[in-house]
Amino acid sequence: MSCNHTIVELMHKYLDRDLTKSEEDLLRSHLQSCHACQSHFHELKRTTTLLNSSNDLKPSVDFTAKVMANLPKEKKRVGYMRWFKGHPVLTAAAIFFILMFGSIFSAWDQDNQLSVSKDKNLIIQEDTVIVPEGVTIEGDLVVKNGSLKIDGSVDGDVVIINGEHLMASAGNVSGEIEYVNQVFDWIWYHLKDFAKNVFAFTKK
Amino acid sequence: MDAKIKEIVKQVKKGDQSAFEDIVNFYQNKVYQICFRMVGNAHEAEDLAQEAFIRAYVNIHTFDDKRKFSTWLYRIATNLSIDRIRKKKPDYFLDAEVKGTDGLDMYSQLPAEQALPEEEVESLELQSYIQQEIMQLPTKYRSVIALRFVDELSLIEISEILNIPVGTVKTRIHRGREALRKRLRHV
Repeated sequence: MSCNHTIVELMHKYLDRDLTKSEEDLLRSHLQSCHACQSHFHELKRTTTLLNSSNDLKPSVDFTAKVMANLPKEKKRVGYMRWFKGHPVLTAAAIFFILMFGSIFSAWDQDNQLSVSKDKNLIIQEDTVIVPEGVTIEGDLVVKNGSLKIDGSVDGDVVIINGEHLMASAGNVSGEIEYVNQVFDWIWYHLKDFAKNVFAFTKK
Repeated sequence: MDAKIKEIVKQVKKGDQSAFEDIVNFYQNKVYQICFRMVGNAHEAEDLAQEAFIRAYVNIHTFDDKRKFSTWLYRIATNLSIDRIRKKKPDYFLDAEVKGTDGLDMYSQLPAEQALPEEEVESLELQSYIQQEIMQLPTKYRSVIALRFVDELSLIEISEILNIPVGTVKTRIHRGREALRKRLRHV
């Protein structure tokens, strides 16, 4: 068998790449002279090679898929964030629509209080705006969230938003009567109004 | 590669599960091999490797970014394997006294010089033969051998993974290698 313990120790140190230069020289010179140690060293190196040959040991092909399937569910927030990152244009569009419709609907929903364009001659009874007999309203009349009853006359256009025109008597409207009762009508009305204002402004 | 792994780990820490897939892909062979070397059974090794990855994912927030990810992952894998071995059956030590024999140990039960038929140790059989011999070693040697030879880990890394002093790692590697030399000499 091997000569002594120190030489075997040196062999292991060599295999651990832990050998100093002088120790290496000692080992080499000993191996050249001692046949028993030579075969011992050879066997050790061979063992190492055999143990290193584990590269063809592999888990099954669907290993990764199995692991991924068994992971606990990730937080939803992260899933959304990843989707948003992957689709920046859609995200921008979605945010735009959410904000736009959000503001329109909230504006539509919120002001369901009766409002009317100012005129001291108008009489307001609960949800009804009355143009009294013998009174002439000069300019346009806008009634929001209420009905309009015209007994006198209006010298201009009448716009009724979310309400109706009660044709009680032969009231007189010199302009047009316009009803706005749906959200989209309302939007349309605003757009038209906005456009009108813009043109009016440019005309000035 | 290390920098890339670090980046991926960061993403996983933020909660990005799909980033973890890259980690599994990258380390699956090594983790599986370590487990296989320890338990010596393909089915069980795969089971353990899978659990190691799941544990790593669940506990990713406890991983310290300044350290090496592989060290941390291998530590989980070896600990799981050691636990499994402990639960499964007691280790048989050759030095242990055989019951009712009054002083005879397991060495006396071994055949003197086991000459194996040559065809048995060839190619594919070789791996399972090596593994069979590794399985004869006590767990503490097996874990060191597994780590040393699967990923060529340094002694310092192994001491970190197993939480034992470097000196102990050295002795265990030497002894394990010596034991396997005797067993694999006729291969």
